Amino acid sequence: MKPPIFEYRAPHSQEETLALLTEYGDEGRVLAGGQSLVPLLNFRMARPALLIDLNRCTDFGYLRLEEGSVVIGPMTRQADAENSGLVREHCPLLAEALTYMGHPTIRHRGTVGGSLAHADPGAELPAVAMALGAEIILAKADGRRSLTPDAFFVDSLVTAIETGEMLCEVRFPVRRHGDRHAFVESGVRRADLAIAGVAAQIRVGPSGTCDKASLVALGGGTRPTRLTSVEAAIEGRNIADIDIGGVARAGREDVDPPSDLQATSEYRRDLLVLLTQRALKKIFGEEAET
Amino acid sequence: MSPPKVKICLTVNGRTYKRSVEPRMLLADLLRHELRLTGTHVACAHGVCGACTISFDDRTARSCLLLAVQADGARIVTVEGLAGDGPLTPVQQAFHESHALQCGFCTPGFLMTVTEFLERNPSPSEHEIKDAIAGNLCRCTGYLNIVKAVRRAAELIRRNQPGSSVPGQTSEA
Repeated sequence: MKPPIFEYRAPHSQEETLALLTEYGDEGRVLAGGQSLVPLLNFRMARPALLIDLNRCTDFGYLRLEEGSVVIGPMTRQADAENSGLVREHCPLLAEALTYMGHPTIRHRGTVGGSLAHADPGAELPAVAMALGAEIILAKADGRRSLTPDAFFVDSLVTAIETGEMLCEVRFPVRRHGDRHAFVESGVRRADLAIAGVAAQIRVGPSGTCDKASLVALGGGTRPTRLTSVEAAIEGRNIADIDIGGVARAGREDVDPPSDLQATSEYRRDLLVLLTQRALKKIFGEEAET
Repeated sequence: MSPPKVKICLTVNGRTYKRSVEPRMLLADLLRHELRLTGTHVACAHGVCGACTISFDDRTARSCLLLAVQADGARIVTVEGLAGDGPLTPVQQAFHESHALQCGFCTPGFLMTVTEFLERNPSPSEHEIKDAIAGNLCRCTGYLNIVKAVRRAAELIRRNQPGSSVPGQTSEA
């Protein structure tokens, strides 16, 4: 058997799930899509005493438009979000990023909530959540709380989810008039974990002035990393006055990428400058200088 | 101390099976060791190579990333269920004609992936084909003949309409 021994429960409701999480504390681990957790079980890097399988909670897989947000439940599959007309229309950055997550077979089981809760520094969704200012809702037996991505993503594979708590919903703000987006990433294969990537959304006014810029890197550190220098160099400027190359290079100082078997820190830094350039070219089109 | 075994009931390639399994048993191991359906292969055991790909409730999934207990009530199709006792499906025929396998270890996974892909995208471009198979690794062929096989399969399916086999539809044995 590849996985270590664990007890297994498959609750049917939020209440049941939270009761189990409260009872077992740190010894309990939630199983959502399994595309990140089961590998850890197979490697025996995770050894939970109890596995709490959410796949029998039938009302966890929702996706709807509500008060200016696309609201996604904890077990909504990545494939369903990717194919959703609502997501494509109201949250195109999310729709595009989803197509880079593994490949279709993985997305049939993987969940939006699970990817966020797993918090791999090379994952797409945490960067998108931060770029869009998503709201991440956590539930405990005694109530709910809402966190910004900045508060939620603590470190590599570490989030602010406390003992007895689970991620129960994520709310992505809908795109507003003038919002332009780009998602770029680079890896050995499209289907692999990315070496680095950039999720970008910039609001451009009618005269070509950038009112708001949000660019977040994946693979730029142990958590999604906001490219604050790039944003500062864009906001308030007219597209025609933006030197994309110079602005992208400013982002070098914003990131502190790890070195690993795939790439060195320097390589990731250089790659991120290139990807930032690509993202900005996509967003600004021919209107900007290069 | 092992926790108690869990009773499961699942349909694989149109047949119903009842078993009692440890919670930690992977679906891939249930299929291979309990049900003796050894067409599904386990290589990387962490979802990246695609050799374990099956159809789970009408969508491809990695059987090395599913627990057997999660398959209770599920409808599964493995590579053995593509043609059943019948003739090779268009995808299988195309792989055969295009010499798209050597050792054959990766092939079941490719067949499951490609069968679903062509059902969704019957006339794919070269680029779309390469993207679609990016989740299946082959150490023997260098992929060129696999890409050819996908194109050939699309052609055979177009010619065969109706009557092509896809995951979710098992041949009547």
